[in-house]
Amino acid sequence: MNETNLDRRDFLAKSSVGLAGLAIAPGMLLYDLAHGRPLGEAASNKVRWGMLIDNNKCESGCTDCVTACNTENGLSGGTKPTDSQWIRKVQLKDNFTGRISSLPMMCQHCEHPPCVDVCPTQASFKRADGIVLVDKHTCIGCRYCVMACPYQARSFVHEVLTDQKPEVPRGKGTVESCTLCVHRIDKGETTACAEACAKAGHNAILFGDLNDPESAIAKRIRAVTSTQIRADLGLNTGVRYEGI
Amino acid sequence: MIMARRLTAFLFSMFFAAAVHAADNSPVPHLDIGKGGQCVEPDHTLMRKTHMNLLKHQRDETMRKGIRGQKYSLAECVECHAGQKTNSVLGSNEAFCQGCHAYAAVKLDCFECHANKRKVTAEASK
Amino acid sequence: MSTASFSRNESRYFYALAALGLFVVFLGYLGMHNMEEHGHIVSGMNNKVVWGLPHVFAIFMVVAASGVLNIGSIGTVFGQTVYKSRTPLAGIMAIGLLAGGLAVLMLDLGRPDRIIIAATYFNPTSVFAWNIFLYSGFFGLAVVYLWTSMEKRMYAWTKPVGLAMFAWRVILTSGTGLIFAFLVVRQAYASALLPPMFIVLSFAWGMAVFLLAQAAMYTWNDKVIDPAIQKRMKNLLGLFVVSSLYLVAAYHMTNLYFAKQTAFEMFILRDGGIYPLLFWGGYVLIGSILPMALVYLPGMGGTKSIVTASSLVVIGSFAFLYVLIIGGQAFPLSIFPGYEVSSSFGDGAIARYIPSLPEVQLGMGGLAIAYLITLIGARIFKTMPHDVAVVATKNPD
Ligand code: SF4
Repeated sequence: MNETNLDRRDFLAKSSVGLAGLAIAPGMLLYDLAHGRPLGEAASNKVRWGMLIDNNKCESGCTDCVTACNTENGLSGGTKPTDSQWIRKVQLKDNFTGRISSLPMMCQHCEHPPCVDVCPTQASFKRADGIVLVDKHTCIGCRYCVMACPYQARSFVHEVLTDQKPEVPRGKGTVESCTLCVHRIDKGETTACAEACAKAGHNAILFGDLNDPESAIAKRIRAVTSTQIRADLGLNTGVRYEGI
Repeated sequence: MIMARRLTAFLFSMFFAAAVHAADNSPVPHLDIGKGGQCVEPDHTLMRKTHMNLLKHQRDETMRKGIRGQKYSLAECVECHAGQKTNSVLGSNEAFCQGCHAYAAVKLDCFECHANKRKVTAEASK
Repeated sequence: MSTASFSRNESRYFYALAALGLFVVFLGYLGMHNMEEHGHIVSGMNNKVVWGLPHVFAIFMVVAASGVLNIGSIGTVFGQTVYKSRTPLAGIMAIGLLAGGLAVLMLDLGRPDRIIIAATYFNPTSVFAWNIFLYSGFFGLAVVYLWTSMEKRMYAWTKPVGLAMFAWRVILTSGTGLIFAFLVVRQAYASALLPPMFIVLSFAWGMAVFLLAQAAMYTWNDKVIDPAIQKRMKNLLGLFVVSSLYLVAAYHMTNLYFAKQTAFEMFILRDGGIYPLLFWGGYVLIGSILPMALVYLPGMGGTKSIVTASSLVVIGSFAFLYVLIIGGQAFPLSIFPGYEVSSSFGDGAIARYIPSLPEVQLGMGGLAIAYLITLIGARIFKTMPHDVAVVATKNPD
């Protein structure tokens, strides 16, 4: 939590040149907003959680976000085709310019998620605050959502699992994907990947509320060009990229 | 005729033997209730009968709406009732959840996905 | 052959055949059990190819179920007497095939124990959920249809029910096509041609399985089919095979026309190893051209060549579905057009898939269910087609 907060202040300090003194205040405000929802309250659609990932800052060999995600959510970290991967590093090479870069890829938390449309049991759903989740109580494991996802964000649990994290239940025969660390968000924290990236000093992942005009992420999106991956599909993703 | 009587006697004795044996080794589960203490519902009968409904209702609230920290939480059940030594609600017929479910012959599906161990140990064991 | 000895033989045949079917169902059960206990890790499926061989079997059966009823429709809706006497057999086969297909689809789920949830948490936007609805309706209608076509008092209703059945069937097969067509992000499936293609394919596959069952029935009952009737049916099979080939060609041509799809088409039709092989060798040659030759070439078209042609159509249909379903997933999604990509999750790479034994068992088990239902149903309801002044015993004594 603290790191992220530092990160946000840090970032704001950089972006609002010379206004470091002021920057702390919005930073604090952000913290309060994230914390804003009391325990017993339902997620609200006034908030839309999202992330902005800076392709230029993402270091090619670094996989700290992936490791952090695996640790946080109790994934094995294996990379067999049958292992779950909620977040992965994709290496990109531009066919024309030859520029090489890399970026983390995960569930893009679409506003109009195809997985939710196709799920026969409504197990795939979008929470009021924009987080796309699988309700494993009702998932029958048909894998139609895996077929429908444009980002290959979903994994199917192929084996019996043991020793799951208490906060991240997952099990054989159901589909899963990045939860945007919903259990941390509900505590007012940031996502594990964003935290790890900041810790590694890259600060390539900015997490926050896209709906709050004062949030660092909303400001940044207003200021720089950012892209949605497969924007042609019109899904309005919650995870955006800059510098691709 | 004699055969029949003998057979009856034999069967009866078997039956009694079985009954006595059963009384010795009563099938009523002896559960390790873990830390125990004050339950979220003081009425045990109510809890025995309705815990699944309570849990199910709250699971939907938490999963779908993000309402957390409410009264009936599976993680809290495990927190209190995981075995003193095993730290788990599963593992044997003495374990809190497994023992009773085995006795009642009801399939227990929660822990295919949910952690069956107390949180502290999950962290400490790392 | 005296009637008595014939019927004794017949019932011996029946029990032997039923035992065989049961045995395969049992094998299927073992496969399913294996998969349920260990999870899909024992299958060849993975996170890139999430639908495998069971779906090939299941979709074949569901599509063929709809197609087989076509024979009934020709009889009741279009008033062809030859086909009318075949309606009961077609109806029973359709129920059997659908039951087999659905069994495979359900047992391949990650959590088959929760299938009831599919009905209680119905999602109206899901094509899958529509299909669940369409399939149950199909069952119900097929039963009513059978009843109206076998019970004299109900004959008056055959036509309206037959019409309803016909409409339902077209919608159902389109629905099956839509399962894929809705996957707009997959190069293989984003085509409006899929539903009509599936409808025409269903005619061909349904005809083929029907001709196989019919030939078997005539053999068991020691009868020969009227050559005139046989000729009409085989010509129809030929026609269906030609038209499905045409639609499949159209589907690939339109895909080639859209620049975005070219890479995928090249993969399926030329560079993809097993997939082009199955497509050209399996579907086009074995599943279409050879049957056409067997049906149309002069000197061909006897019972033997029809049975061979029908079996080849069935084999070809499996090849076709394998290419469509598995080839369609093996080709990487285009997430970053204009970039060369790689990752630990197989981005940009062709996915590998090797079917495993439990999958084969499950699929064959489904076929065996269809077979058993047809076998038992045909015997109980005596669905042997009675063609007027046609049926002659092979070796009259
Ligand atoms: S696998 Fe589960 S979440 Fe995905 S579509 Fe099927 S039921 Fe829904």
